[in-house]
Amino acid sequence: MPLLEDGRLRPDDWTSIEDDAPLPEGPAIISLARLQAEAATLAGRNAPLGVAVAPETQPEEIAPFLSRLALVALRMPKSKDGRAFTQARSLREHHGFAGEIRATGHVLPDQYAMLLRCGVSTVEVPEGTRPETWARSRDAIRIGYQAAQGADHPLSLLRRKLELA
Amino acid sequence: MNALTPPQYARTYRYDEIDREFLQERIAEFRGQIERRLAGELTEDEFKPLRLMNGLYLQLHAYMLRVAIPYGLLNSAQLRQLGRIARRWDRGFGHFTTRQNIQFNWTKLEDVPAMLEALAEVDMHAIQTSGNCIRNTTTDEYAGATPDEVVDPLVYAEILRQWSTLHPEFTWLPRKFKIAITGSPNDRVAAQVHDVGVLAKRNERGEVGFEVHAGGGLGRTPIIARKLRDWVPESEFLAYMEAVLRVYNALGQRENIYKARIKILVRDLGDEFTQMVEREYERMPRDRYRLDPDIVAAIGAHFAPPPFAALEDQELPEDPEFRAWASTSVRAHRQPGYASVTISLKPIGGIPGDASADQMEAVADLAERHSFGEIRVTHVQNLVLPHVRQEDLHALWQGLRAAGLATPNIGLISDIIACPGMDYCALATARSIPIAQRISERFASLDRQHDIGECFINISGCINACGHHHVAHIGILGVDKRGEEVYQVTLGGSATNDAAIGELIGPAFSYDTIVDAVETLITTYIAHRSPGERFIDTYRRIGVTPFKDALYAPA
Repeated sequence: MPLLEDGRLRPDDWTSIEDDAPLPEGPAIISLARLQAEAATLAGRNAPLGVAVAPETQPEEIAPFLSRLALVALRMPKSKDGRAFTQARSLREHHGFAGEIRATGHVLPDQYAMLLRCGVSTVEVPEGTRPETWARSRDAIRIGYQAAQGADHPLSLLRRKLELA
Repeated sequence: MNALTPPQYARTYRYDEIDREFLQERIAEFRGQIERRLAGELTEDEFKPLRLMNGLYLQLHAYMLRVAIPYGLLNSAQLRQLGRIARRWDRGFGHFTTRQNIQFNWTKLEDVPAMLEALAEVDMHAIQTSGNCIRNTTTDEYAGATPDEVVDPLVYAEILRQWSTLHPEFTWLPRKFKIAITGSPNDRVAAQVHDVGVLAKRNERGEVGFEVHAGGGLGRTPIIARKLRDWVPESEFLAYMEAVLRVYNALGQRENIYKARIKILVRDLGDEFTQMVEREYERMPRDRYRLDPDIVAAIGAHFAPPPFAALEDQELPEDPEFRAWASTSVRAHRQPGYASVTISLKPIGGIPGDASADQMEAVADLAERHSFGEIRVTHVQNLVLPHVRQEDLHALWQGLRAAGLATPNIGLISDIIACPGMDYCALATARSIPIAQRISERFASLDRQHDIGECFINISGCINACGHHHVAHIGILGVDKRGEEVYQVTLGGSATNDAAIGELIGPAFSYDTIVDAVETLITTYIAHRSPGERFIDTYRRIGVTPFKDALYAPA
């Protein structure tokens, strides 16, 4: 599926790998269970590694592996399920994770700006997605009343203009 | 000055250009969402939470628009505009709610953008009045006026409003989230039955801090909140709120809507919840979330006291009818020579919380004349003029009487809280409004009401308990029993410092017999009371048995 980054579509160069399938040469996303089970073997791998975590996973559980991960994929099983927002914020804020945070699953364009403000970098979107809708949603409201992650900076006032684009 | 100019001294938060730009952007965004829904780009399931977060519900007969009245505080220009909206886009009425908001029950979808524009003209909106997000913070309706206040909660309620507005992390919570804040040791906000209840106080050095409770709530599982912390310093207020919400957003249940409120998480985790919040609070980069004293001062400037005149307290005129009204509606003010006045929206036989467009305009005029243009909405669904000169009380009473707003029943048995029930609400399983109307008609005699004294009856038309029946002295819950509306009765609830959940007294009553049951309860109280005892006092002293015997004794 295509990826949305900075309001534009781009191809996804990562591959999601089933637990029982061999790892390819290139960038691979594996499950947390596999990451935990094969940590020692994976340590010697050179290609970029990512992990897909479930909504109920606490970022602390992947913290030991973060230094070797280039991507964390968060999943929203329903658009109403907002746990990914807290997971993303925690990965950035508590664990200093600087790699790609990807939102997958049922994500609405209307959630794009908030995901970015929580530290998400990319969104996995269905084929045929119109990126303009997402860019428009992102830019609909350019004012934030509270501290956040990503392009946002700590507050000196209770609100300021956002620079998400 | 035109009708939309806010009065000079009313202590509502004054929008600046950025706040106004924000509202315009929000309206444009919602208009775009409506268009995407109509074009089929959004499914109804996807659109629903978006419209809810803009205050728009689909009810039994029509859409309902719930407008935010931040912490229940209005200025006269805003109330006048609400009246205008009621006349132009509703049926000439608005309905004030227990969340200190107002609902328009006969809204047409195509009118909503125009209604939102009209609200924006007076710096109002419908943002986050529904949906699984942080809702309107409620506070003491006598804030800034009451003699027992230690901290004026309005400035912190406004800080909470700004902080929670479109919060990027907390807009898709497991369930709705309601915060109440008081600055008085006498809790008038039902802090202990909120998701978060905050008590603002001062230490021995005079600094402001907050006692924080979490996990209270009503609904089908009524729970009294757990105290998390006795003291959060002012500078760390938002950091601590963030910590509470983070733990809830990560761990609150999402599968079962009836177990998704924070109260279930707090109940299940117990002290572990407190410790998780503390752990999160300890490790946060606190500078990022620190509440700068300059910001508190800047927002506090919006809530500076109005220019009170140097007056002395005075005797009220002898007029007996006026005195009867004043004895329930007039309340002591911290400033000598002033008083706070509660305006009853509970006329005998009326719909609790309803006000006509004419009445809203009349109250706006009277507020301008007598209360620096400031009005409050109470969680009991009444209005308050917080700062009235005692010498003006008689004139104010006459003005209210002319508008049909001088029912002298504040705090009495006909001052009933009722949810909209099956007359409007899609969730209701029974009618509430007609029960309230019939009870108030049964006890229409004011002499009798005064003899009965303080007695709170709250009515909910379903188990979600929007009518707060659990915390009433006499709580009434309407449920559907095999196609028939029946009404369960609870006794002994309280929403104040001695917060308590009422006790279910026995089998339910029918629509036709529930008013007789209330009368029996009152007769029993009168027969058993000691001098000076209120209903709740007698109930606590003698227990449930005499009431039960009277209700269920064989004829």
